[in-house]
Amino acid sequence: MSEQEIDLKKRRFLTGATSVVGAVGVGFVLVPFLSSWMPSARAKAAGAPVDVDVTKLEEGQLVRVLWRKKPIWIFKRDKTVLANLPTLDAELVDPNNTEDQQPVYAKNPHRSINPEIAVIIGICTHLGCSPTYRPEVGAADLGGDAWKGGFYCPCHGSKFDLAGRVYAGVPAPTNLIIPPYHFVTDSLIRIGIDPKAS
Amino acid sequence: MDNNKNWIDQRFPLTKVWNEHLAEYYTPRNFNFWYFFGSLAILVLVIQILTGVFLTMHFKPDAAHAFASVEYIMRDVDWGWLIRYIHSTGASAFFVVIYLHMYRGLLYGSYKAPRELIWILGMVLYIALMAEAFMGYVLPWGQMSYWGAKVIINLFGSFPIVGELILEFILGDYAVGDPVLNRFFSLHVIALPLILVVLVFLHIVALHTVGSNNPDGVEIKKNKDANGIPKDGIPFHPYYSVKDIVGVVVFLMIFTSIVFFAPALGGYFLEAPNFVEANPLKTPDHIAPLWYLTPFYSVLRAIPPMFGSQLPGVLAMFAALLILIALPWLDRSKVKSIRYRSWPYKVALTIFVISFIVLGWLGMQAVTPLYSLMAQIFTALYFAFFILMPWFTSIGETKPVPERTTEH
Repeated sequence: MSEQEIDLKKRRFLTGATSVVGAVGVGFVLVPFLSSWMPSARAKAAGAPVDVDVTKLEEGQLVRVLWRKKPIWIFKRDKTVLANLPTLDAELVDPNNTEDQQPVYAKNPHRSINPEIAVIIGICTHLGCSPTYRPEVGAADLGGDAWKGGFYCPCHGSKFDLAGRVYAGVPAPTNLIIPPYHFVTDSLIRIGIDPKAS
Repeated sequence: MDNNKNWIDQRFPLTKVWNEHLAEYYTPRNFNFWYFFGSLAILVLVIQILTGVFLTMHFKPDAAHAFASVEYIMRDVDWGWLIRYIHSTGASAFFVVIYLHMYRGLLYGSYKAPRELIWILGMVLYIALMAEAFMGYVLPWGQMSYWGAKVIINLFGSFPIVGELILEFILGDYAVGDPVLNRFFSLHVIALPLILVVLVFLHIVALHTVGSNNPDGVEIKKNKDANGIPKDGIPFHPYYSVKDIVGVVVFLMIFTSIVFFAPALGGYFLEAPNFVEANPLKTPDHIAPLWYLTPFYSVLRAIPPMFGSQLPGVLAMFAALLILIALPWLDRSKVKSIRYRSWPYKVALTIFVISFIVLGWLGMQAVTPLYSLMAQIFTALYFAFFILMPWFTSIGETKPVPERTTEH
């Protein structure tokens, strides 16, 4: 053996080939470990739709329900609120809902199917806090007379109007998201499923 | 006795390691107050691991039981309150010690050649420690745990295209919930402590290879006596091991005072809303991370959204953290120690420290237009320290550095 010349080229090739095959093997082994972090079958199954009865919802009242572990606000707006919405357009980032933050059937000035009943995902589009409901007009800490009611995020100070549209000059970049929903009857909302027509 | 030692030494380099790293590890003789914090950091790490082991015996990493199990530790487990308060105070103490340790590095140029790798390992340690502390704060599953986790995890959702996928990967769900609590528990208790211990080991090995810097910034290895021992060096053990014990005693006096008399430290070490169980429907009126993360949180809030995305703020926050790694190459000064630096560096360092503290304070406050403006100004000053460093470290008159350490 000692007299035989060592074939370094062959040795390098074998080392390289072994390393490459080994690395591919490690890549395959990584897949189950990384995949184990993705939502499990149980988590995926928990996204079922939620029904909310709005018969007893009074004007100005807001109820919160959980859908896919996210807070959903359902609140009733009176005529003054609806009349005030267009007057705010100049102060908003996206008053006409050009960004894709709502289903097509909520792409209107009041961002809802029924103008009075608003259904909004109560998660700030900045970093995911749940803004506070501040319907009182002229709240001193939120800009006084200019404040027509809306939502204020305590985390980073983002402001939204009563249609979930974001004010300009705050950290949140886009309007609040409107979830898919439809009216099963006049007073029963099913959150999570689009209306049949769309 | 000697026979036993020989028996071991033939099979394991016990005497060799002892001498290389303690009894014959020569350390500059002029260490001052600022050199306590390295050994104190190791002490706090040991405290955290020991108390953590015992907390793990009673804690339940389950969204339905976590909050109650922490209350159980506080009320029903014998001495559980003490173990938990030592652990929670230890987290903040860790950062106090680490920030002072890092400031020492800035004062005496300890990151400069040939100690760049020590600095980089230290920075990786610091980042790992932040992750460790953040995940630990999620475990009690209080309001701050929940909403803090939500805000920090959502940062990763701001990356374009892959953001949503990264979020689902981290969350294991579509919102913060049980899977996140469970995996953070695993990372907090096993993965990150292991990484921390390995990094501390590497940090010390690298340090002992090049030797310690000192307040004069002179290399003691350049002046050796006939036996090859640095003239300005003294063995770490017993000289500095004994000196460090003094530091340990003083540290423990302050530490135990907080543990016994003010474990929440007025909301700085434990925030009041975290004594309320996590509620996904209601964000606390004011949320802020714990004090040691607030400077970077301020940077995040200071940058307004651009192009309909909050990504710039997120990138700025990560940049504020990662830019520290580049320090050894941004500093062009010929001298290491602040004692012999030119005045522009002293001014810049002062402004930097003030910026860091003000940003930290702003990060705890609710947003107002004035505070937003201040955060923007101090964020600019923070980055200016690094960006202008190649310039201000190369101008101005430096004082001559002595050949030997000065008497102290």
